[in-house]
Amino acid sequence: METAIRVEKLSCGYDRRPVLEDLSFDLRQGEMLGVIGPNGSGKSTLIRALTRILPLSRGRITLYGMPLQDYTVREIAREVAVIPQQTPVTFAFSSLDVVMMGRTPHLRRFRREGPEDREIALEAMRRTDCLAFRDRPIHELSGGERQRVIIARALAQQPSILLLDEPTSFLDLNHQVEIFDLLRHVCARDGLAVLCVSHDLNLSSEYCHRLMMLKEGRIYTDGTPEDILTRGHIKAVFETDVTVIKSPYSGSPQIILKPGD
Amino acid sequence: MTMKRPLILALTAVILFFACVFSMGVGAVYIPAGTVLQVLADHLWPGGTLETAKTATDTIVWEIRLPRTLLAVLVGAALASSGGVMQGFFQNPMADPYIMGISAGAALGATVAVTLDLQFWMLGLNAVSIAAFLCGLAVTMVVYAFSRRGGRVASTTLLLTGIAIGAMATSFTSYMLVMGGENQRQLLFWLMGSLSARRWDHVWMLVPYAAVGLAVVLVYARELNVLLLGDEQASQLGVHVERVKLILLTAAACLAAAAVSVSGIIGFVGLLAPHMVRLIVGPDYRILTPMAALAGALLLVLADLVARTAMAPAEMPIGILTTLLGAPFFLYLLHRQRRT
Repeated sequence: METAIRVEKLSCGYDRRPVLEDLSFDLRQGEMLGVIGPNGSGKSTLIRALTRILPLSRGRITLYGMPLQDYTVREIAREVAVIPQQTPVTFAFSSLDVVMMGRTPHLRRFRREGPEDREIALEAMRRTDCLAFRDRPIHELSGGERQRVIIARALAQQPSILLLDEPTSFLDLNHQVEIFDLLRHVCARDGLAVLCVSHDLNLSSEYCHRLMMLKEGRIYTDGTPEDILTRGHIKAVFETDVTVIKSPYSGSPQIILKPGD
Repeated sequence: MTMKRPLILALTAVILFFACVFSMGVGAVYIPAGTVLQVLADHLWPGGTLETAKTATDTIVWEIRLPRTLLAVLVGAALASSGGVMQGFFQNPMADPYIMGISAGAALGATVAVTLDLQFWMLGLNAVSIAAFLCGLAVTMVVYAFSRRGGRVASTTLLLTGIAIGAMATSFTSYMLVMGGENQRQLLFWLMGSLSARRWDHVWMLVPYAAVGLAVVLVYARELNVLLLGDEQASQLGVHVERVKLILLTAAACLAAAAVSVSGIIGFVGLLAPHMVRLIVGPDYRILTPMAALAGALLLVLADLVARTAMAPAEMPIGILTTLLGAPFFLYLLHRQRRT
């Protein structure tokens, strides 16, 4: 499969305090890569580096073979869509308005959104099953509904890469499963490359093809969920004793916590 | 939304037009609306009959009341659109050129230009408005730099920075006023805010700034919408955040400063008009900005009408009126914000 993003020896951080050090990995088209690790291991920083919000101190990122710096912000947004943890909701835009904002990188300066843009936005809402509340103000929606609208906005960007930053950490259990089912579905259908940052090991294991475990800003290990989610790795990175079992549904490795004495 | 956007805009524009015609009829000499329209038609249609030409009525309408009314329209539109943009820009409902000290900064610039008797013209723009623009812009940048913490701007920092910088600008202006000698009366005017004795020159002084500023904030309305999601998400949606912010802030400062350079400090218009309009058309800046401009214009035309007539033959500075309206509204916003 084609390489969507290649990261080589990437280091970056805030005010000379390094957060990520010497990261190298590929994200391939059609795969769902999970990035896991404890808080402060640099997961969200990785997303900010990949969207060029945070400058690199060393190393390089290439997007479809071209250095990320050579893209304009608009060009990046046509390839890469980000689904954040939360979206500020201090305004009364309707859900459709918010999804239409996903068309921003495709619109020229003096052009308004045309019927095609509207059709793309509505189709995205149909796929994420939020067409029913397209006219409702976004701040009146529940967390799960709102996140579906944000996913629709990402799809309206017509990206080839999706970056997810803890997309379900504020959601109830039923919505977590629903959102990940949806993401797996769109990823498979459109052949998107998906990088998903999450602290939920079981969800990541269930849905991702490959996992990358970060510890203190470096890649501790990466590979298939079976290879990564082992007692030893989790003990070393999360400093927690666990048992790993196979999911009775899918056979994916799942973590069982061991309570302290 | 139940009503189509162009319809709402057209309706508001029609209301504004009739308010202007009515306002031009009222004054020391009452002129019926029909006559006002007749004078306008005579001047605007080249083949007109010019029945009214050279009469006293013609002079009153065309030379005195029309420029003043047009100025109220332009100043109101400029202040309101500037305030609306700043509320989105700072993601803060309390933002307004007056409250943030930008008007005071622009007044200082204008005062300096008058005191030093700067008379040059540049590209058809005169020294007073250029100085007002530069000082207004400088204050805007300083307030922005000071009040910025992360993505959001906290109300308290924004307001306090605005108050401090505005007070500083005003004290410099007062100093000029005391030392100013022969220009005192003219300078006092900037501190009060008034549309009295404004003529066509003043209209032409304001037009280029208002036109350019309004055009820019309208063209960038879509980006401003996206900026409401925060800098990071806006960037991830392809908006060149730093560049767009600089352009929008410059345009908003330009609108406010240009208004101040011809009318002095007229407070709270930039706060009142966008908030009223937001209740009707919602938060989308593509409709909010033009509607706020129209509402601001309407507000100022009506306020000027009251200012001219309430204590006739004496005249009330219009800034007093808008502040009487705006300050309680400001308190209401503050109260509402404290609850949430």
